Amino acid sequence: MWRRYLMWFAHEHVDFRHAEMQSILSMFDIPIKFIEKPCIKKPYWVVELPSEDHVRIIASRSVLVKNCIELWSHAKCEAQLHDNLKIAIKNISGQWVSQLASDDNDLTYSQICPSELITACCNPSKSFKVDVETFCKHFSMREKVDKIENFSYLPLEGPVKLKNPDITLSYLEFYGVDPNNVPEQPYDVFFGRWIADGQRDLIQRHSLKRRQFIGNTSMDAQLSLIMANQAQVLPGDILLDPFVGSGSLLVAAGHFGAHVWGSDIDFMMLHARSRPTRVGQKVRKKDESIKGNMKQYGIESRYLDVVVSDFSLPMWRDDLRFDAIVTDPPYGVREPTERIGIERENYTLSDQHLANHIPSKVEYGLPHIYSDLLNFAARHLEMGRRLVCWYPLVRDEYKEDELPSHPCLRLVANSEQVLSKLTARRLLTYEKVHDDVPHLPVDPNAMAHNFREKYFNMGEMTRKERKEKRAAEMSANAVGKAQNSEHKKHS
Amino acid sequence: MKLITHNMLTSKCLKGVVTGYPLAINATDVKISEVDFNPEFISRIIPKLDWEVLWKAAESIGHSEGLPQTIDPKFEDNEEFLRKAHKVLLEVEVEEGYLTCPESGRQFPISKGIPNMLLTEAEVQ
Repeated sequence: MWRRYLMWFAHEHVDFRHAEMQSILSMFDIPIKFIEKPCIKKPYWVVELPSEDHVRIIASRSVLVKNCIELWSHAKCEAQLHDNLKIAIKNISGQWVSQLASDDNDLTYSQICPSELITACCNPSKSFKVDVETFCKHFSMREKVDKIENFSYLPLEGPVKLKNPDITLSYLEFYGVDPNNVPEQPYDVFFGRWIADGQRDLIQRHSLKRRQFIGNTSMDAQLSLIMANQAQVLPGDILLDPFVGSGSLLVAAGHFGAHVWGSDIDFMMLHARSRPTRVGQKVRKKDESIKGNMKQYGIESRYLDVVVSDFSLPMWRDDLRFDAIVTDPPYGVREPTERIGIERENYTLSDQHLANHIPSKVEYGLPHIYSDLLNFAARHLEMGRRLVCWYPLVRDEYKEDELPSHPCLRLVANSEQVLSKLTARRLLTYEKVHDDVPHLPVDPNAMAHNFREKYFNMGEMTRKERKEKRAAEMSANAVGKAQNSEHKKHS
Repeated sequence: MKLITHNMLTSKCLKGVVTGYPLAINATDVKISEVDFNPEFISRIIPKLDWEVLWKAAESIGHSEGLPQTIDPKFEDNEEFLRKAHKVLLEVEVEEGYLTCPESGRQFPISKGIPNMLLTEAEVQ
């Protein structure tokens, strides 16, 4: 039965919220109705979903959802919330009704839930508790208990049980998202029955702090999990990360059931012989590896292999199709953009050097990387499946229609993570929509051209500017002081 | 390197090589590690495989025992078959050895279970 739910989100990575939810909804084919238009300034959605099971499915995947609540009342203030609930107890119509007071024109706050939601919790055999949560304002335990006491009119007959009760009721007060400007009274208050928590716990469980093997550019746990959701990873899928590095994306994808392959040009990284990343660690431990990471989280059986290879050259069988390609290519800033090659002509290697030869590398520009990546995805993705990748750019230069594109791939999501005042990276999600695969040449005007140069030049400019500004301030101060002392002398 | 990976790898990156498939395996160290059996995954991967290549690869490293030479047409319901496929695909691992390109004879080393498919700068010119 369709019911009304409150989805409460973590108020971070706000630009990813809609994309992650859409990916989950479409992956499980869940229809949704918005009761209130989502707004980035509010960390919640008020929606209708076909059943409680659907809510649980969403919560089982989302890392941005904090919790989901079956909504009983949504009001402007505490008093109105209690009024609404008192009327709701008598609302036997089986549906939400509007109770429009004469002096109140806002329909959002005067909707009355059907009584059956409440009576379903009144069974004397069902234990319960009430949780109070306030967003952007702190209350003492005493104050919270007072707020709970105000619900004493509810006909709840079961015993109160604070640990693992049958029913958890949830009262939420929302004081906006600006911690420097917290109002006296909340903007919105909500009451309802808790259904499920999202996957926020996973962020701690997968934290890089406790991961065995990490590199300088390991993706943090939360973003890796979001990427796996963007890729709509399901149990039994096969997935590839062609710039695998230390394998953070494989861990997240493996958690949701994918079997994973990775490849990387960096031999030392795949063999975990690169310099250690952690402060104070001198040498890599023996058991550090991508496979070891999978083992650490108990998903070793979903590890297929990693292969040392140069992504600019073909390696996989032409007819191999992946269910997902998830990757974070090097941007040329913290990890070099390289492929095998040499500028010298007619270069040859003698046999005696061949055995332990480390090939020289040349620049593998970002436009080339993304062109190869999209062409690769167009060929090697299963129809309807997804490529998820990061794309670095200078914020001022961003134009949506200049993002990498391919006729076989449709851009379905595009979320920004700001890196600095001037730079950002965008998480791009493409879905394969056509199967006849033209190989597209590299677009020489691609936006990511020379990201590295721009990144460092801009850094330098701001640094220089800052220096000049500081110098100007100091000289102004010095002049001021000089004048001051002059002034004192005269007086 | 697991045999599922071998089944998908080619050496067509080499100049003058057309298909570069299948790569021959020379193994000096093969180990068997236990992997959880997941019949759904095995059923899903079987249509993607070149079964003949898998069988020959398993035989070449001495682990084809009990593996049928052809795919059972009703493999999804045949747990015994899926278990055998599972073992050969995921549990047999080539730790040390090399892969050889069938056309050029170029060898790619496998060390600590990780194949190195990199070419030299001379080969990509």
